[in-house]
Order: sequence, then structure tokens, then C-alpha cells
Amino acid sequence: MAGMIQRIEMKGIVKRFPGVLACDRVDFDLCAGEVHALLGENGAGKSTLMKMLYGMYPIDEGAIFIDGVERRFRSPADALDAGIGMIHQHFMLVPTMTVAQNVALGQKSSKGFVLDLDRVTERICQLSADYGLKVNPHDLVGHLSVGEQQRVEIIKALSHGASVIILDEPTAVLTPQEVDDLFVVLRKMVHEGHGLVFISHKLHEVTALCDRITVLRDGRRMGTRPAAGVQRNELIKMMVGRELKALEHRGYTPGIERLSIRDLRASGDRGVETIAGINLAVQAGEILGIAGVSGNGQLELAECLIGVRKADSGNILLNGADVAGMSLNERISRGMAIIPEERMRDGAVNDFSVLENVFLHDHKDKAFRQGIFLDFKKMAVHAGKLVHDFAVKTPSLETPIKNLSGGNIQKLIMARELSRKPTVLIAAQPTRGVDIGASEYIHQRLLVQRDAGMAILLISEDLDELYELSDRIAVMYEGQIMGIFARQDTDIQTLGLLMAGIKPGDSPKAGSLIAACED
Amino acid sequence: MRIRLPRTTSTDHEHGKGDWFEFMLRTSFPFLGVFAALFISAFVLLLLKTNPIVAYGAMLQGAFGSINGLSQSLVKATPLLLVGLGVCIAFKASVINVGGEGQIILGSIAGTWMALTFPDLPKVVLIPACMTAGFLAGAFWGFIPGMLKARFKVNEILSTIMMNSIALQLLNFLLQGPMMDPEGIKAGTFLAQSARLPESAWLARLVPRTMLHSGVYVALAFAVAVYIFLWRTTIGYQIRAVGLNPQASHYSGINVPFNQMLSLTLAGGLSGLAGVIEVMGVHRRILEGLTGGYGFTGIVAALLGSLHPLGVVPASVLFGGLLVGANTMQRAVQIPSALINAILGLIVLFVSGSALWIHQIIKKRKTATMVVSPTKETQA
Ligand SMILES: Nc1ncnc2c1ncn2[C@@H]1O[C@H](COP(=O)(O)OP(=O)(O)O)[C@@H](O)[C@H]1O
Ligand SMILES: [Mg+2]
Repeated sequence: MAGMIQRIEMKGIVKRFPGVLACDRVDFDLCAGEVHALLGENGAGKSTLMKMLYGMYPIDEGAIFIDGVERRFRSPADALDAGIGMIHQHFMLVPTMTVAQNVALGQKSSKGFVLDLDRVTERICQLSADYGLKVNPHDLVGHLSVGEQQRVEIIKALSHGASVIILDEPTAVLTPQEVDDLFVVLRKMVHEGHGLVFISHKLHEVTALCDRITVLRDGRRMGTRPAAGVQRNELIKMMVGRELKALEHRGYTPGIERLSIRDLRASGDRGVETIAGINLAVQAGEILGIAGVSGNGQLELAECLIGVRKADSGNILLNGADVAGMSLNERISRGMAIIPEERMRDGAVNDFSVLENVFLHDHKDKAFRQGIFLDFKKMAVHAGKLVHDFAVKTPSLETPIKNLSGGNIQKLIMARELSRKPTVLIAAQPTRGVDIGASEYIHQRLLVQRDAGMAILLISEDLDELYELSDRIAVMYEGQIMGIFARQDTDIQTLGLLMAGIKPGDSPKAGSLIAACED
Repeated sequence: MRIRLPRTTSTDHEHGKGDWFEFMLRTSFPFLGVFAALFISAFVLLLLKTNPIVAYGAMLQGAFGSINGLSQSLVKATPLLLVGLGVCIAFKASVINVGGEGQIILGSIAGTWMALTFPDLPKVVLIPACMTAGFLAGAFWGFIPGMLKARFKVNEILSTIMMNSIALQLLNFLLQGPMMDPEGIKAGTFLAQSARLPESAWLARLVPRTMLHSGVYVALAFAVAVYIFLWRTTIGYQIRAVGLNPQASHYSGINVPFNQMLSLTLAGGLSGLAGVIEVMGVHRRILEGLTGGYGFTGIVAALLGSLHPLGVVPASVLFGGLLVGANTMQRAVQIPSALINAILGLIVLFVSGSALWIHQIIKKRKTATMVVSPTKETQA
């Protein structure tokens, strides 16, 4: 590797996309030996800014200086040559190749056109020892967990000689333990003199890891703060543009059992059992959180409960009656409602107007029709009331819902589901991809419903959200419930281990790497 | 997979503009397709040493230049409109009805049977009865592939085409046997046609010495009815929801397969109605080749009308005019009839091609300006 980059400066960077000003005269700088966080809500322009540094997008205005010299990258290869690497949120590895082969891809080989895999393997082992990046060079990438794949990406960047590494929302796909492991690695890298850009919208991560924090909002830089001693509220205010109200979690007084799941089993789309005998109960006036890394059967559980997926066996008792064999409409009329995880696929019809989307289920309701004719007057009154009550920002009721932001769509879906006054609500990832302001609103609404006696099953990957809202938290792993805890009786550490499938007392598996590097 | 949604605080208006753009594109492109096809055909005409201006002039003159031509264009537009309306309904549920030909045949058989069996009924009873019979028979012919799709996920394009062949064989059989005109048997001509309908089943002719008949009013009334049905009724709402997002519809308790079946049944009914009206208004008996390809041309008329019931009205008049005008052109400039068919084929190709093209343009615009999925980002 040539000399390490000491300082990168981006000055007055402007980037326009059709109809969007993604970056508006943004300044940013990074020194060797620091982690500089880019904090901001979805769409703030964080990825765009860094993709320009990495040569993926041309810059419209402004300039990039590396160690005082102006540079212009035409492609990621240019940036890599200059010592800048980037790890995307979605990895770009070839699943059918081994770790070593993946790392060797695009690298100059000492044997001309022949791949020198032994040397690459050696290098991987060395890097993995230096930085504590546990990987086995001989494993097939397709068999690795997301966390391991991320480590491969980091090794790949390091072995390309990157001295500055940009990490685009690296924690979004990790369990809390994996996040801790990653932070250890990142701190080592900083110690070795690397400069890191850490993109995130999670405050606590940013304050835990970084040295400086730059906040972007709507493409504009709102300011840079040293991480030490910065107030959480100040950062939120910079991100969102206003302060958030504190959530009020009233006393826990559960009522009668509303939903009871008994030994439920079901298969996923590929026919493999994804729900392997689940027992759960949710009472009136409580929020039961389901924690878990996505893909462990949460989606299928929600689908089984509402009735769009057939259970293989088991019972679902809704207000005392077994609804497992009933249609979705029957379940809805018996008081169930769902906020689906894939809201644009399952929760809304993109090309329908806001008004039409409100009536996806209720258009059959006698209150909104006359014979076979839709009663638009009554529909508009109802939809208008929901839009108003839930502060949905929309130009009009006739606006196609696809023109609304994620948060507003979610608020509308929530308003629609709650307007039927259900007794049991299944909320699947209710704030995923939703901006902080709308998240806060949705959280408040969920708590209000809980206080009013609704039984809520909250499925989420966001542990903060679960901690803030749930009265009890169940952890789901590979289609099973690993344990259920009262909120105050558990900590993130325990949950994290369970989410990774490790029961307290099991020893974590770590032997394979040492064996691979010793032979 | 994380789903990311577009930021919309300040960009809503751009998206609004996008929809306006989309609307213009959708409505104007099919017509541009017609012009492009005519433009290309002009070069072919030049190769044949024919002046395209003269040729197209004759075409326009023939289609719309005289009462006679205009009437004839409207006569052809009538079945196109009805078939096209059915195609619209089916398409709104994301179902494609290629079974118009068969449904027309079934409708005409049922209507003819009704008229021949109850010749003594008064006009006000017999005509609606025939139309109902035609509608029901066509609907039945649409219901079968609809049911196959709903129950067994049989592709409706294949099954409706198969239903066309069955209907054709059925018609041949009936006209050679049970329904053959007794007069023809007596006279020894054995023409493959049915007996003439009783006069009480004839639709009134609107303009003297032309074929234009009152069926055109029926078709227009149905255009309005289909519009109201799709946008003002609960069933129409369900059909549109199913077509736009079957997943979300299913999640809301809408029966997706049922609505697909229903839309194909209604499409069949409208084509059946086209068949019986053609019999009662034009031929006054059922005969071979009665469908005149309307079952297929109606699809193009629907595309040309942007798959909107009110858009299909001008589109089918235009297409009816093209059919009539092409004949006039052929006679006026002495070009082979194969070329006429080629020009019509080219129009079909361009119109349906433009539908795909628009789809892609709109999709591209969307990925460029709106939803930016993480995978797209990484590929960029
Ligand atoms: N390739 C692209 N084409 C068009 N618009 C884009 C593209 N990439 C990003 N944008 C827009 O630029 C803005 C900033 O996006 P992004 O940088 O991905 O935000 P962040 O990473 O902070 O969530 C968003 O409004 C987004 O829609
Ligand atoms: Mg991003």
C-alpha cells in the first residue's frame, strides 16, 4: 500500500437527480485515525454524498481534495486506486465462490493472469488476525451469515489497500452482538491509522463509535459535532428539524386473553417449515414484542395470524374462538387487524388514490355503499377524518398513494386498520423505512391503543423500538420462540444472544477459523 | 430486505407532474403508433409506384367522407366497441381476453336460436331477449377460461384461444346441420347459413340505404355503463384493485381469483352481445365468417383507447374507419389486398408495441426519480 491518506475534504458538493436535490453544497472532511459519522434520515443524501467520494456518481458542483490535492474519480476503480473503499448496505459478493476467490476478484495477481489463491489466502489470514475479522478463507460465501459476509467485504477492501473505508449503514443487518464485534474491528482499524465514514440513522451507535458526527437533512449539512458530550436531543433536532415528544408508557395492567397461539406450525413459500411450534398469548392492554433477525419466521407468523397463509397445524384463538380455519374476512370481522410488513406490496395499492386505499376492505361495508354503488360522499368523509386524525400529509384524497412518503403511507394504513376498532392488532415492522417524525407518531398511537385495551403483537427488528413499546418481549429464532421476558427483566445482551440462536450456557462457535489458518 | 421509500416532502409536485406526463403519454402514444404505421406504409406504397397521399386521401374519403362511408365505419365500430369494452374490464383485472372471436360466435348462435324459436314474440320483448341470450352465451364462453384460471391457474391467453377454435367448430357443425337454412336445403344450394330471423328481431336501420343500425346506441350505452361499473361500483372497485395489486387485495380480503373470473365472464358477455347485435343489425341471420376478426381487432381498439371505456369509443370509430377506408383505398389505387392487410397488421403491431414502450418509459422514469431501491443503488 502506498502511504495512508491523511485527510479528505469535500467542499461545496452539489448533486441533482431528476426532481431531487440530493446534496446541496455539502462540506465534509475526514482525517486519518477517526470515525466520522454521517447521520440523517432516509433520503437525506448520505449514500449519495459518499457514492460521489467513491466515484460511483459524478459531482455536479464542488470538489474533492485528498491530502490537499484536488481529485476527480471517474469510477470506483479510480477511488480504490487512491485508497478509498466502500462497503454497501447490500453486499456485492459472488455466493458460489469461496471467500478467498471473492477477495481475489479484481485484484492484481503476482502470477500474471493466473490467480494466486495461496497468497490471497495468506493475506486474508493475516488481515483477519490483525483486525480480529473472523472468517475462513475456504468457506463458500453463500453459506456465510450476513455478519460474516460483511467481514469478507471489509477484508476485500483492506486487501485492495484501502486506507479510507466508507460503511453505508453497516449495522442495519446485524444482531446486537454482531454490531459489538463490528465496532471492535472498526476501532482497531482506526487505531491502525485508517479513516472511516460511518453512515447511520441510529443515534446510539453513532455516539458509541464515532469521533465526529455530521448531520444531513434534505441534502443539506446541518452541522458537525464532536461525539463526546453531544446531546441526543440536539442531534435529533438537527436530523428531524424539531424536538420529539417523550413516549409515555403507563402502568401495565393486562386484561383478558385476546389472542392465543397454540403449537402453531406452518411452511414458508419454499415448503420448508418456517414456524416450528409456536405458543404465545397476548392480553388486552398489552404489547407483546417479537424480536428476531428478519427471516426467522416473523413474516410467516403474521401471515398465518391474519389468514393469508395456511397453518399446517395448531390453533389460533381470537377472543376465545379458534380462527385457524377461518377466512381472512371472518378474522377481520372478529376483531383482528394487521399492519403488514411489506406495506407497498401487501398494504396498499400504489396506483389507487388515498381515498381508494382507505377502503380496500371496507368498501363492502353497508355504511359506504348504496346497493352495488360506492357512496363517495360518505367515503370521502370517512377518509378525510382518518387523514385528519392521523395527520397524514397528502395534497388531497385523490392523490395516488405512491406519491406519499413512507411515513405517511404507514400512518394511513394504520388509521385504516384502527378505524375498524379491532381488539387484536398485528403490527409488523411498523416503522421500518419510516422517518423519525412519523415513527414517533406511530409509536404514540400504538401506546394509546394499548392503554385503551387493545392487544398488540409487535413484530420488529429494531430492539430500541421493542424496548420502548413492549410490555413483554419474545425472541424468535428459526421459527421458534427462544424465550419470553418482561421488559424490565431483560437486557439487549441476552436478547441479542437469543436472536443469534444461542441459549445462555451455549458456547459460541469460533473454532473453525483458527483451524483454517493454521494448516 | 429493507424497503426504502421515496422521500416526498418537497418532491411531491414533481411526482404529480410525472403523472400528468404519464397520462399524456398513455393517451397520445397509441395514436402516434397509428401514424407511424401509416408513415412506414407510405414508403411501401411508394415502392409500388403509388402516391401515398392519393392512397390515404382515398382512405379518409372512403371512411368518413360520405354518409355512406361514415355509416359503414360506424357499423364496423359497433362490435369493435363492445369487444373492446370487454377487453378493458378484463384488463383492469390483469386478465387478457383473446377469446372475443369465440364469444362473438356463441353470442350470435344464442341470439339466433332465440329469435328463430320464438318468432312470434313482439319486438320489444324479442330484441331484449335475444340480446340477453347472446350476452349470457358469450359470458358462459368467457366463464370457462375464467374458471380454469381461478381454479387451476390455466393461462387465459391459451384457454381463450382454444375456446375460439371450439366455437368455430361448433358454428360449422350447426350451420352444416341443425341450423342450416331450410330454404337453402329446399332449393338445393346448401349454403352454410341459418334461416333469416323474423322481422321482429331486426334492429332498426338508422340511415336509408346503409347498414347503420340501432345497435350502435346499445354499444354507446354500454361504454357509459362499463365506465360507471368500473369506477362507481363495489365490484368494479374490486376488479381494479385486483388488477393493480393482487397481493394487497388478497391481504384485504378481496377474492382475487373470483374477480379475475368475473372480469373474463363479463368480457365474454360483451363480446357475445357484439355477436348477437351483428346478427340482428347487419346480416339478420348467422353465417360463416360472421366474426370478421372483430374479436382480435377489438383488442387493438381497446389498446388504442388506452384501455379506458370512454377512450375505446373514438378508438373503435377510428379503427372501424380504417377497415372501411382500407377497402376504398384498395379499389382507388389498385394495390393488392395483401398489402392492405399488411398495413392493418402494422398498425396493430405499432399500437400494441407502443403500449409496451410506454410501460417501459414510465417504469424507467419511476426508477430514476422515485423509488430508489438499495439493489438499484448498488448496481449504479
Ligand atoms: N440514482 C438516483 N436517481 C434518482 N434519485 C436518487 C438516486 N439516488 C438517490 N436519489 C435521491 O436522492 C435523495 C438522497 O438519497 P440517498 O443518498 O440514498 O439518501 P440516504 O442514503 O441518506 O438515505 C433521495 O431523495 C433519493 O430519492
Ligand atoms: Mg442510504
